[in-house]
Amino acid sequence: MANASEILQPEALSNEMLPRLYTVNKLYKDTHDTFTMELVPADGGPSMSFLPGQFNMLYVFGVGEVPISISGDPDRAIPLVHTLREVGSVTSALRTLKAGDTVGVRGPYGTAWPVDQAVGHDLVLLAGGIGLAPLRPVLYSILFRRRKYGKVVLLFGTRSPGDILYKKELQKWRSRFDLDIHITVDRAIRPWRGNVGVVTSLIPRASFDPMHTTAMICGPEIMMRFSIMELTKRGVPEDHIWVSMERNMKCGCGFCGHCQCGPLFVCKDGPVFVYPRIKDLMNKYEI
Amino acid sequence: MNKDASTTGEQFRITQDQLQKLLDVLRDQGYETVGPTVREGVITYDQIDGVEDLPIGWTDEQEPGKYRLKKRSDKALFGYVVGPHSWKKFVYPPRQLLWRMHRDNGTQKLEEPSEDYPRYAFFGVRSCEIQALAVQDKVFMGSDYRDRYYALRRKDNLIIAVNCVEPGGTCFCASMDTGPKARKAFDLALTEIVEKDQHYFLIESGSDIGTDILSELKSDPATDKQIARADELLEKAARNMGRQLDTTDIKDLLYRNAENRHWEQVAKRCLSCSNCTMVCPTCFCSTVEDTTDLTGTSAERVRRWDSCFTLEFSYIHGGAVRPSEHTRYRHWITHKLASWQDQFGTSGCVGCGRCITWCPVGIDITEEIKSLQDSESLTSDEAKAKE
Repeated sequence: MANASEILQPEALSNEMLPRLYTVNKLYKDTHDTFTMELVPADGGPSMSFLPGQFNMLYVFGVGEVPISISGDPDRAIPLVHTLREVGSVTSALRTLKAGDTVGVRGPYGTAWPVDQAVGHDLVLLAGGIGLAPLRPVLYSILFRRRKYGKVVLLFGTRSPGDILYKKELQKWRSRFDLDIHITVDRAIRPWRGNVGVVTSLIPRASFDPMHTTAMICGPEIMMRFSIMELTKRGVPEDHIWVSMERNMKCGCGFCGHCQCGPLFVCKDGPVFVYPRIKDLMNKYEI
Repeated sequence: MNKDASTTGEQFRITQDQLQKLLDVLRDQGYETVGPTVREGVITYDQIDGVEDLPIGWTDEQEPGKYRLKKRSDKALFGYVVGPHSWKKFVYPPRQLLWRMHRDNGTQKLEEPSEDYPRYAFFGVRSCEIQALAVQDKVFMGSDYRDRYYALRRKDNLIIAVNCVEPGGTCFCASMDTGPKARKAFDLALTEIVEKDQHYFLIESGSDIGTDILSELKSDPATDKQIARADELLEKAARNMGRQLDTTDIKDLLYRNAENRHWEQVAKRCLSCSNCTMVCPTCFCSTVEDTTDLTGTSAERVRRWDSCFTLEFSYIHGGAVRPSEHTRYRHWITHKLASWQDQFGTSGCVGCGRCITWCPVGIDITEEIKSLQDSESLTSDEAKAKE
């Protein structure tokens, strides 16, 4: 007893640590170091429902587990889509999987982009590199109910023309009149005729009404900090700016302690934060 | 035993032979009895079968970076404070198998570990450690997510507390308001009284289970004089803590001083060895290890204690979030004393002093806080001087 008397009965106590098995339906390369996986539940049951911005813990047999944002359409639960960059042992092992292989999935975890709160607003989505993946569900979601929003602007910065993620989809979206998409690269040679420079350089020219804009940013922390500076310079209120943070994660549900950023557990208090909630922490050294 | 024993909170007097009886009763009821015992030069917690397994006549000398066992002049059973281990290892073991996975012809299957955990009776739990268990309960069972492994191990614990009448050299529970007297969340609580001519224990029950067990022991209602003697010893203990920590405004103090140069001074001494996190009864961080057998058909996932002092702890693609030693120390102490309050509504520190004793270079959490406090009063004095 002693405090523990309030513990739930074992039957009522789920086990967060157990993955559910999913089968790889498709796995394809996006760029030289990124790939997308489409998963379906191995038991044939319904897949999970998720909100834009949430992530899953993906497990490869015997290798390990990594937190990966869901990059698919929240209105279409099957397949479950993740886009990954190959940077470590687990993502490399995931890269070698083939259709029919099994992965373990835990989730979805974390907070979501404010897709509902942003109704009626102009939207500015700012993505750096693979940071476009967690924002893609937002695009799917708002395109599905496009009339509820004002202008929709996507500003995407990546290293080189060869690193442009979701190229075909972006081309398709660019041809729409109700989406304003700007892409910039850090460096390029011909035949690239687009923008060269950091993504923040696109902010001054984008067309949106700052006072009635919701901004969602995902990318390296330095890119997010400078994007926020530019956005606030244009007059976007701080509490209309949302960021998605990255930290080491082992559990996804606040037990392992790895993702702490000051008092926040990025896994369950985030990864998506409204800027004022994380402002002080983002500006401190090595928090 | 008289009828009044059904009331919790009432004190009774028992002798040492009844402690043996208590252990027997607990084991008859199916509890695995664990308590303090001497192993490899320290007092640790392990299985105890009888009173003779307790560190009878031993005490511990504790100072920053120093722990020594010493013989006492009497035969006290609980004449020491806490060793390097805490009860954490029973409810949140250093290694926990999470699951196994087997693959056969392309299909994979999950196997959960056995949940046949022992029913523990923790014998000799100090007040600071009761609070430490309560703190961990909040971490593992207090949010929307509950850790099944922890909850099942914690569920049936029986707590036999021991009030501390002799604080150790690095103790500061009185500052943290977590001791030296156990006030709640125990089943039975003992106070050991060793006088020149007599040696006895006051015992009180804190739960119905405790009352039932107490009714099996031969006891007398404690006299007013005996109760007064115990109170006097406990009050004296509270006044004689080896360390003190002024917790006024401590959360904001740490938040305000995130960029104080003092952290770099600590980092010059800190070895990032992670001892403090390993001995802390509330530190809960963990990592996972994934392994396969040689044939590659079975995989295991094990959760093990981790420490925020390691470089890998905060690693994300591109490098660690906290590569500097001073930011890692700052993270630990700020979490313990400040952000823990935001996260779990309680301090993460219970004043047990283990991190001070077991730090190989003797870094003292109470001294580091004092340095921050001093650096602030200095700055305001300097500011005044300038005016």
